[in-house]
Amino acid sequence: MSPLNIEKGSSSHSAYDLRSHMSDAIETHTLAVLVQNEAGVLARVIGLFSGRGYNIESLTVAEVDHAGHRSRITIVTSGTPQVINQIKMQLERMVPVHEVHDLTVEGAMVSRELALFKVKGKGEHRVEALRIAEIFRANVVDSTLESFVFEITGTPEKIDAFADLMRPLGLLEVARTGVAAIARGA
Amino acid sequence: MTRQMTGAKIVVEALIEQGVDTVFGYPGGAVLPIYDEIFQQNHIRHILVRHEQGAVHAAEGYARATGKPGVVLVTSGPGATNAVTGLVDALMDSIPIVVLTGQVPTFMIGSDAFQEADTVGITRPCTKMNWLVKDTDHLSSTIHEAFHIATKGRPGPVLIDIPKDVQFATGTYVEKSRAKVDHYTPRVKGDTAVITALVEAMEQAERPIFYTGGGVINSGPAASMMLRELVETTNFPITSTLMGLGAYPASGEKWLGMLGMHGLYEANLAMHGCDLMINIGARFDDRITGRINAFSPNSLKAHVDIDPSSINKVIHADFPIIGDVSHVLEDMLRIWKSRGSKTNSAALKKWWRQIEEWRAVKCLSYKNSTKTIKPQFALERLEALTKGMDRYITTEVGQHQMWAAQYLGFEDPNRWMTSGGLGTMGYGTPASIGVQVAHRDALVINVAGEASWLMNMQEMGTAVQYRLPVKQFILNNERLGMVRQWQELLHGERYSHSWSEALPNFVKLAEAFGCKGIMCDNPDDLDEAIKEMLAYDGPVIFDCLVEKHENCFPMIPSGKAHNEMLLGEAETQGVIDAKGSVLV
Repeated sequence: MSPLNIEKGSSSHSAYDLRSHMSDAIETHTLAVLVQNEAGVLARVIGLFSGRGYNIESLTVAEVDHAGHRSRITIVTSGTPQVINQIKMQLERMVPVHEVHDLTVEGAMVSRELALFKVKGKGEHRVEALRIAEIFRANVVDSTLESFVFEITGTPEKIDAFADLMRPLGLLEVARTGVAAIARGA
Repeated sequence: MTRQMTGAKIVVEALIEQGVDTVFGYPGGAVLPIYDEIFQQNHIRHILVRHEQGAVHAAEGYARATGKPGVVLVTSGPGATNAVTGLVDALMDSIPIVVLTGQVPTFMIGSDAFQEADTVGITRPCTKMNWLVKDTDHLSSTIHEAFHIATKGRPGPVLIDIPKDVQFATGTYVEKSRAKVDHYTPRVKGDTAVITALVEAMEQAERPIFYTGGGVINSGPAASMMLRELVETTNFPITSTLMGLGAYPASGEKWLGMLGMHGLYEANLAMHGCDLMINIGARFDDRITGRINAFSPNSLKAHVDIDPSSINKVIHADFPIIGDVSHVLEDMLRIWKSRGSKTNSAALKKWWRQIEEWRAVKCLSYKNSTKTIKPQFALERLEALTKGMDRYITTEVGQHQMWAAQYLGFEDPNRWMTSGGLGTMGYGTPASIGVQVAHRDALVINVAGEASWLMNMQEMGTAVQYRLPVKQFILNNERLGMVRQWQELLHGERYSHSWSEALPNFVKLAEAFGCKGIMCDNPDDLDEAIKEMLAYDGPVIFDCLVEKHENCFPMIPSGKAHNEMLLGEAETQGVIDAKGSVLV
C-alpha cells in the first residue's frame, strides 16, 4: 500500500460533480460494497486493490443479511477522481459484488469506528485517563488496579484524538475495527 | 424429477447440456473419476494435449474460431498451475473458456497433500470468476453458472475446482434451465440519448475515424456485418486493433490497416489528426495510444464497451456508451436512418484526400533481397498463395506477429487468433490445434518465430495424434527478433541473450514427430515450398530461414505520440529517450 499524503476529510461534499476528470487531486472516499457472502469474496476484493495498486485506508466486513447471504464491506480509499471512478467500476464488474455505493458523493453519511484502548498507569495518570475517557464518552469495559480497557465509538478523527491524549497516560495497546458507514436519511 | 448421479457424471452431463463437443485436457490423479466418465460416453470428444498450457491455448483458439466457449479439463496442483498462463491470456483478450480442475479431496485440503495447490487462490486474479465446489449437489448449477459468466458480458475465463471426493459422491443434477444465473446480467443496450448525440456528432464530423477492436469479434458475426454497413453508409475510414482484425475486410476501401505501435502510418496519423474518434469494442491499450497526453489531441471520443470499467480508464470518453457492440451498432444504424442522417461530405472528401497522401507513403514497403528471404516477403507470398482459401491464422508473439498483422489480409471475423494483451509466446501452436479441431477441413496456419514456437512445440504430438493438418510457418531468424530490435534501439546494440543458439533441425524434428518438415532459405524456392506445405495432407513444420536482422516497421517508439512514428532503418538512432526506455 502506498503511503498517504493527504489530509483527512479533504474530499468534496458538494452536491454537484464539479471535479475535473483529469484532476490530480487526491480524494478520500468511503465505499459501501454489498457482496455475496461466499468463500473468497473478501480475498477477491482485497486482491483487486493490491493487484491494481489502489489504496485501502480502512476496511471492515461482516455479514449483514444471513438469510440473503449478504455481507457489507466498508472501504475507505483514496485516489484521484479517475482512480476512484475506476475502483467503483472494477468493484461493480466483479461477479459476487451486488452493489457499490460511494457514500462520499451520494449525500450525507454517518461513519463510525469502534476502538478498544488498554491504558496502564497509577495515581494521577489513572485519574486523568478516566477523566478524559468521560469527556470522550468512552466506557470502561475492563479494569484492574493498574489498568483500564476503554471502549470508544466515533469518527476516526475522534479516535485519533483520544489516542493522542492517552499516549502520555500509559497507552499500551489499541484495537480498532475500521470504519463502518451508512448514508443519512432513508 | 430429480436425477441422482456421481459428481463425475454430473460434470459430463452438464457439459453435454451446455452443448460442449470438445474438451482439451490432460488426466491426473485428481480428475480420474471424470476421465472415467469421459471414457464411457460418445458425446464429447477429448483432445489429449501434451502440456496443460497447451490445453488452455487450444481452447482459446477453438473459442475464437467458433464463438463458443472452449473447455479445458486438467488435474490438481501442477495441472492447474500449468494452466495459469492460458487463463491470464484469455482474461486479457476476453476469450470465453471454462477450465475444470481436479482438487485433492475436501478432507485433505490444506494438508499439503500430494499435488495440492490453492488453485482458486492462485487463479482468483487470473479468471473472471472461479469456484471451489465442496458439495456435489452444487456442482451442476456451478457449471451452468460458469458457462453463463464466461460468455455473457465481457467474455473471459472461469475456473471450477472440483475435489476428488465431490466427483465420487452422489448428488442431484440441476438442469441448465433451473440453474440460478440471473444475478449476473450485464447491460447490453447502450444509452439511446448518448448514441443519438454520437450520431449528431457523426453528421458534423470533418475528420472522423472508426477505431474498432476485439469487442466487435466477441459480439458475434452480426456485429461485424453491422459495422460494415455503418462504414459503407458513412464513408468514414476505419482502423482496428490487433484483436479486431477481420471485423472489417482488409480488402474494403475504407480500411486503413491496423493501428498502434506497429500499425500503419495512415491509420496512426488519421487517429492523431481526427476530430471524432469512434471506438467500438477496443480499450485504449498502451500499444494503441502511445504517449497518453499526446494521444489524438483534438478529437471528441466515443467509446462503446460492454465493460463499464473500460470507459474512462485510460482516455476520457466524450460519448460513453456501455453496451454490447451489436446492440449499439443496431441502434446507431436505426437512429442514423430514422434521422435521415447525412455526413459532411465536403469535409470528408478533404479528409480522404489527406489520408490518401498518408497512404502514398507506402509505409509497408521494404527493401527486398534476391539472396535472403525477407520475413515480409515470406508473408506476402503466403498471403498471395492462400488468398481466397478457407484460411485461419494463428501466431506466436513478436516481430512475426506484427508482420503477419501487417501483411496478411483478413476478410472475416474469427479467422485471426493471436495473443494480444498478454503477449504469450507459445500461444500459436496449441491455438492452431484448437482451431483445426473446430474446422477439420480448413487451412490453419500458425505464423511463428522459431523462439516462440519452441515454447510449446510439444503440441505437435497432439497434432499428429489427432491428424490435425496444422501448418507451422516458422520465420526463423535465429533471434528473439523483437527483443533484439529493442536492444538495438534502446540498449546500445548490446544483444543480451536475444539469439537462438542450438536450434533443432526443424525438418528432422518434424520427422521425429511423424509429420512433414520443409526448409526453405532461398527467395526463388519460396513459392514452391509454400505450395508443397499447402498440398501436404497433414501437419507441417515449415522452417523458413529469413533475414536475421530485419526490424519491424513502422514503429511508434515507447513514450512517443502517433505522429512521431518511425518508418525505417534510417530514423532509428537515439529515438527512444530515457523516459521512453522505462516503458515496455
